[in-house]
Amino acid sequence: MLGLIADLNACQGYANCVIAAPDTYDIDDDGLVVLLRARIPGEDRARVEEAARSCPVSALTIEER
Amino acid sequence: MNGTAVVVGASVGGVRTAQALRREGWQGRITLVGAESHLPYDKPPLSKQLLAGTWDVPRTRLLDEDAAKRDDIELRLGRPAVGLDPADREVRLADGAALPYGVAVLATGSAARPSPWRPRSGLHLLRGLDDAAALRRDLRRPGPVVVVGGGFIGAEVAAGVRALGKAVTVVDPAPVPMGRVMGEEVGRLFTGLHHRHGTATAFGVGVAEVTGEAGSLEVRLTDGRVLPAATVVVGIGAVPNDAWLRDSGLPVEDGVLCDAACRVIGVEDVYAVGDVARWHHPGHGRRVRVEHWTNAVEQASCAAYNIVHPDTPRDHAPVEYVWSDQYDWKAQIIGRPDTASTHRLIGDPHAVPARFAALYGDDEGRLTGAVLVGWPKATLRIRRMAAQGTAFTTAVEEIGAME
Ligand SMILES: Cc1cc2nc3c(=O)[nH]c(=O)nc-3n(C[C@H](O)[C@H](O)[C@H](O)COP(=O)(O)OP(=O)(O)OC[C@H]3O[C@@H](n4cnc5c(N)ncnc54)[C@H](O)[C@@H]3O)c2cc1C
Ligand code: SF4
Repeated sequence: MLGLIADLNACQGYANCVIAAPDTYDIDDDGLVVLLRARIPGEDRARVEEAARSCPVSALTIEER
Repeated sequence: MNGTAVVVGASVGGVRTAQALRREGWQGRITLVGAESHLPYDKPPLSKQLLAGTWDVPRTRLLDEDAAKRDDIELRLGRPAVGLDPADREVRLADGAALPYGVAVLATGSAARPSPWRPRSGLHLLRGLDDAAALRRDLRRPGPVVVVGGGFIGAEVAAGVRALGKAVTVVDPAPVPMGRVMGEEVGRLFTGLHHRHGTATAFGVGVAEVTGEAGSLEVRLTDGRVLPAATVVVGIGAVPNDAWLRDSGLPVEDGVLCDAACRVIGVEDVYAVGDVARWHHPGHGRRVRVEHWTNAVEQASCAAYNIVHPDTPRDHAPVEYVWSDQYDWKAQIIGRPDTASTHRLIGDPHAVPARFAALYGDDEGRLTGAVLVGWPKATLRIRRMAAQGTAFTTAVEEIGAME
């Protein structure tokens, strides 16, 4: 399993993460990222990680748990 | 697939390609070549957080030594590539080294368009970390600043300089900033934004000459006015870094020509991504070159996928997306507003905080693009609608209903 962490102070609401992995990320009305799931199964890693790396302000980190 | 992947250009396009190659399962070596000796860093903060002083340099880093090691990416920084030989399959570096490649990815990006005006000192371009540091240093001088160019970078620099409490004038020969991209009416909203924040504008007038030196410059306009300046910043666009490929035999025409799958035309196993790539966009039916961060990231993913899965290549056909932070506005531009024949404004550009969307449609009644400020949910919705080829009227209704 992988854990997902969002830095809400850094997030600017660009929503690149939502475009790349809509099953994992969304944004709220204020434009802050919402994690739809905090634990990511291994087979989704590549896609979720790619989405995290599409964040312009590096607000998303993935770590092994 | 294996062998060595040589990625030339170590900014967002190159770094993301190298990382995506590993993620896709590339087994061979990955060498990332960068002209600058800095660790790979990101460009958008240079005219935003770094200029304002809210981020330090390490925060702009795209890849540090540990992250490179984790993905087994070899960094060759500090020496530019000076040529590529598709017959011998090698990339040559300025120090004479030749790097043999199994696959090469060109990600050398673009450079700031050089200033036609050459005062003795005090004139700045803004493209790299060294430029940003030099500008920050020079901004400590007392006195007004003149920014030449009212596009994204010019406007961001003006906003940053205002935030430092200095007097600024933005000069641009176009009557409204970014008018070519978003049209006169919406562009004019951005003129108002400058004025509300105390930035002077000289739009519709060009620069004839810049003379003097740092601290005591004079910017002479084509209408005869003279603006005194301690510092001048020139942001008049970018040019692709493709000159190093001149003798390679690769097709170069204001960027390296590629097919829809990011493969350089006419050579084996050479790909291009980011600002330097002019590729066939299947959605637009023609070749385009896009100077946006998100495009470089998405094209890097696409190229890496196609390198590892050459039998099932994907097309790179994104909806364009670029953001720009100007004063208290976070602007987002989606798709191609510049190809539109009609537009509709929804929301209130004069509210504080502003929240509005300008939607653009073409003659066939399709949504071609949008400009949004302060409305993330609508931005996301429009990015999705534009990707699905939504009708202009439908988009206007849906965004109107979100108001
Ligand atoms: C100040 C600034 C602000 C920006 N703000 C935004 C924004 O808000 N939103 C947005 O979407 N986009 C923005 N952009 C544009 C965005 O940063 C670029 O589209 C993006 O950086 C392109 O990435 P790239 O890797 O293709 O090219 P580049 O970032 O240009 O990187 C290319 C790299 O290749 C290196 N290189 C060049 N020639 C050689 C060679 N011969 N050998 C080896 N290395 C070489 C260069 O040193 C450079 O590091 C901004 C750009 C700038 C300059
Ligand atoms: S891409 Fe980054 S800034 Fe944008 S919504 Fe996602 S986390 Fe926030």
